[in-house]
This record gives sequence, C-alpha cells and structure tokens, in this order.
Amino acid sequence: MNQMSDRKIFEVPLYAYARSPDQDADTPVRHKAVVIGAGPIGLGAAIDLAQQGVEVVVLDDNDKVSFGSRAVCYAKRPLEILDRLGCGREMAEKGVKWNIGKVFFDERQVYDFNLLPEEGHEFPAFINLQQYYFEEYLVRRVREMQETGAPIEIRGLNKVLRVADKGDHVDLLVDTPDGEYPLQAEWLIACDGAASPTRSMMGLDFVGRVFEDNFLIADVVMEADFPTERWFWFDPPFNRGQSALLHKQPDGVWRIDLQLGWDIDKEEEKKPENVIPRLKAMLGEDVKFELEWVSIYTFQCRRMEKFRQGRVIFAGDAAHQVSPFGARGANSGLQDTDNLCWKLKLVMDGTAPETLLDSYDVERVHGADENIMNSTRSTDFITPKSEMSRILRDAVLDLSERYEFARPLVNSGRLSVPCTYDGSPLNTADALQGGPARSRPGSPCADAPLGEGYLLGQLGGRFTLLTIGAEAPDSLTCEGLEIDRLAVEATPEIRERYLGEAESAVYLIRPDQHVAARWPSFDAGAVEAALKRAIGKE
Amino acid sequence: MSDLNLTPNIPGADDFYAELLAAHEGLTKAESDALNARLVLVLANHIGDRGVLSAALTAAMLKEEEPA
Repeated sequence: MNQMSDRKIFEVPLYAYARSPDQDADTPVRHKAVVIGAGPIGLGAAIDLAQQGVEVVVLDDNDKVSFGSRAVCYAKRPLEILDRLGCGREMAEKGVKWNIGKVFFDERQVYDFNLLPEEGHEFPAFINLQQYYFEEYLVRRVREMQETGAPIEIRGLNKVLRVADKGDHVDLLVDTPDGEYPLQAEWLIACDGAASPTRSMMGLDFVGRVFEDNFLIADVVMEADFPTERWFWFDPPFNRGQSALLHKQPDGVWRIDLQLGWDIDKEEEKKPENVIPRLKAMLGEDVKFELEWVSIYTFQCRRMEKFRQGRVIFAGDAAHQVSPFGARGANSGLQDTDNLCWKLKLVMDGTAPETLLDSYDVERVHGADENIMNSTRSTDFITPKSEMSRILRDAVLDLSERYEFARPLVNSGRLSVPCTYDGSPLNTADALQGGPARSRPGSPCADAPLGEGYLLGQLGGRFTLLTIGAEAPDSLTCEGLEIDRLAVEATPEIRERYLGEAESAVYLIRPDQHVAARWPSFDAGAVEAALKRAIGKE
Repeated sequence: MSDLNLTPNIPGADDFYAELLAAHEGLTKAESDALNARLVLVLANHIGDRGVLSAALTAAMLKEEEPA
C-alpha cells in the first residue's frame, strides 16, 4: 500500500456541502430530530432514529471524517449496538483483535497477560480501529439507508450558530458557504464533542474537573513486524516519569500514546523534529517508520450536571469527558444514544410521557460517573499525584513481576464494560430467585450462542419477552406496544447467564437490550406493570 | 467475614519486631519506603477480607472513634 502519496480517507470530503431546499424556504423548516455533529455518536444516533422511522438531519461544521486515528478501541457492547445499527460486523472484521498485553516498568517487562474473553459471544472483547474508518462505515450505512428511502440526511459545512429552546421545538441558526438559514427541530441531539459549541451557546458548562493531562498521539506506519499486542510502559527510559502505549491498528498503522504531563508547550512538542527522536528512542534506532498523523490530546474528567436540557439532549463527549484509559469515550457515547433513541421514539409517538427522557439523564449520568470513576483510578495509578502514591504504585509494579497477586492491582486502563442501571426508575424489583446477578434488572443482556446465531442479534431493538423453560403468549399488546416473545433453550451459556439456580425464567428486555424485569414464570399483570414502569408511565 | 484483631496475636513479638527492623537495616529512606509499601501490599493480599482491610486502615489512622 502506498502510504503517504495517496490522499487519506480523512482528507477526502465524505459528505460535501450541498444546498438544501430548507435554505430557500419562506419559513423555517421543522424536522423531527436534528443531530449536531457527524462523529461516531452523532451518526450512531441518526442511524438509530432513522431505523425507527424518525426523520433526522445531521449537521456538521466539517465535511470529512475525523482527522487521524483518535478513538481507536471499540469494546464489545458498542459493537453489539452497531450490529443492531447494521454495521457492527464490518467493523469487527476490519478491526485488529488482540488478547495479549504486556506491561513494562522502567527498563524491563514485568509481566504479560492474556485477556481470554468469555466464550459464546458474537463480538470480541474489543477491537482496534481508527476513528476515521469507524465514521466511514457509519456514513456508508447512512448512504445505504438513504438508497432504501430512510429519512436520514447529513449536511456538511453546516455550522450551527444559535440554539434556542422554544418549549415545543428548538430554533436553530445555521451557517453555510451560501450564508445563514434558520431551521427548527422538534428535538435536538447535541453530539458536538468535548468542546461542544452547543453547550457553550446554551451557557452550560462541565462540572467536576478532576484531572488534566496531555498526550502526544502519533499514528506511525511501520515496516517492523511487532506482534499484535498491547504494550504499556510505566516510567520508561524513553519517557521518564510518564507512560507510553503501543497499539496496532489495521493497515500497518501503529498508534503510539506518549504521556507528556500538564505543563508543556503543545506546538513545540508536536513538531516532527521533536516527535521523531522520541519515537526512535521508543521503537529503536533501526526501525523504519513514517509519521502519518500526530496530535496533542488534552483531557479532563468531567460531565454536565444534566444531559437533558428541555428539548436539547447531550450525548457523548459533549455531555461527559473521561481520560483515555480504558477506552470509555466513544464507547460510552454509543451507549448514550442506544439508551436515548428508543425513548425519544416512544415520546415522539405519544406512547410514553416526555418524562421518560429524564430516565436517560438518570441512567447515563450513572454511566458517566462510573466511567469517570474508573478512568480517574487508572489516571491515579498511571500518574501518581503524591510521593506516597508513587511509592505504592511502584511497589505494585515491582511485586507484579514476581507475584501474581499484585497483577490485578496494576491499572493501565480497565476494559470498558457497559454499566448496570442499578436503581433506575425504569427497573422492576428482581423477582427471579436464584437468578444470576449479572442479569439483574438494569443489566445489559449478555450475548450467548443461539441456534445458528447469537442471542443479541435476535433480541433486536424492541421490547422483548425472553422466556427460558417458561410458557408465555407468543406476542402481546400492552400500552400500545407490541411485545414479541423469544423462547430459548437452556443451553449451558443461557443457564449460566440467565437462569443461575432458577429452573425457568421470563425476562422483559428493553429495546436497548437492558433487563427491565424478570420472573420465574409469566404473569400478564406483572409484565404489564413492568412495561408501564419501563416506559416511564409510573 | 471476621473482625479485625487488635489484641496481641504475634507469638514472639520481640523476635518479629527485630526481624522487621533488620529488613530495613542498611537501606536508604527511599528503599525503606518501598519495602514498607511492598510489605503492606503482601500482607493486605494475605488478609484479603475487604471488611478487615477497611477496619485496619481506620485503625492505623489513629482516629478518635473505635474502628468498626
């Protein structure tokens, strides 16, 4: 592959500006949903809504996919969500899968590990994939949906200048190469990233700043045949007092993250004459490489106080930002929209009250807090904040070389796993005695082999009654919703993940594949009550 | 879960204390700090019981209230 002379996919306009009839309308055109930002989260939200038949317009101030690799690790749960959106498989195939990780401290390797992910899941624990590929697959999916007449549109070089919540709709003012035009949205979803202009326009800010740091991020095309492993260095000779990470991406592109600390000159650090010696010190003088992309990444751990502000709903980095350890940015953002879109659809249809959207706030704030907690703990381990914190950290690393017990204490980022919405107002109290804790109400459903395929693929994106060794009607109508039953055999995986000690089970599963309620057997009244609760009618 | 034992429990207390001091002999302050940190982690893992560990942390802080 010719690397540097070809135009990279992130240099080609993927959704070039085209004049919309909305720009010539006499009165502002109102859309069911408008999404600001065509990044992974905005596109995910738009595809999800359009798949449910909701008319949606995506506005982006750019016209290309993300520049450089940026978010590179995608975990299993987002891949499962993407599968429901029609593009998880392609991404899983393109992505690099790895299981072996190596941990280095100072000048030596202290240990290695094999992730050995649980068997019986369709998708791997996670993949490495450049964000531009990720976005390209999403855009391709949008085009595919457009060909079949789905009500979805991306408008490139459409920069939102003003946002005003009018109570029953949102007024927008949009700037384009042809000038400004007004636009209206019944609902506005802001997925415009960590620096969210929408958030600033509305005078809202992040709360709870916890930590600040800078990372030099480089995509390097290498001829060297490094194994497909994740290498993490604590305090290496080539980056004293800091950390470093080496990860493999598709197409022979390696991702290198070098921690720089807070007080640095970003422009100076980014210059190739400063970057290349650092990389040579890391990779070895003889290794031939080309620098594809380099950037300085600054992060903070914080979130908005409320993700829902009337008719404007924030998702992804616009709503919350975490440190990069554990890949919790894009991964949690997709879980935001997975949580939001079915609720928004029910509210738009009048099937559920508007207050259902407040549960988005409750559940995803809970998710964001969990992510912030986990990534803050990783940050504290990677960058000790006091002398004693460093002494303890180094003690853990020294012990880990010799004794297995210390290895779980080494924290270079915890694998991003979906959170359980414990205490959510949508949950019905657990009624399955002996049922496994991992499937308690609020939990994301664990995948399991099912016939020729897998469970999650068959659950799809609507309310489902999952029955295991229990009788129930094949379908029922309740609160204006059709609920289909999915009857499954008690295979060893299903038994372990859904039955536990119980003989039989009936699960009410939400469209985002989280458990709403569970019982040992079917009871129409109980299901109806649980459904009412799950759609915010109680 | 068992309770944190704060009554004498080490047979040959003087011997143990001498061994602890001997382990630090000839070490710099930094080396001693590192040894203590490793020792805490080794002992904590051996105890394992989260309730006992929390109670031990509280006890070591020498706060006014009695540890739970």
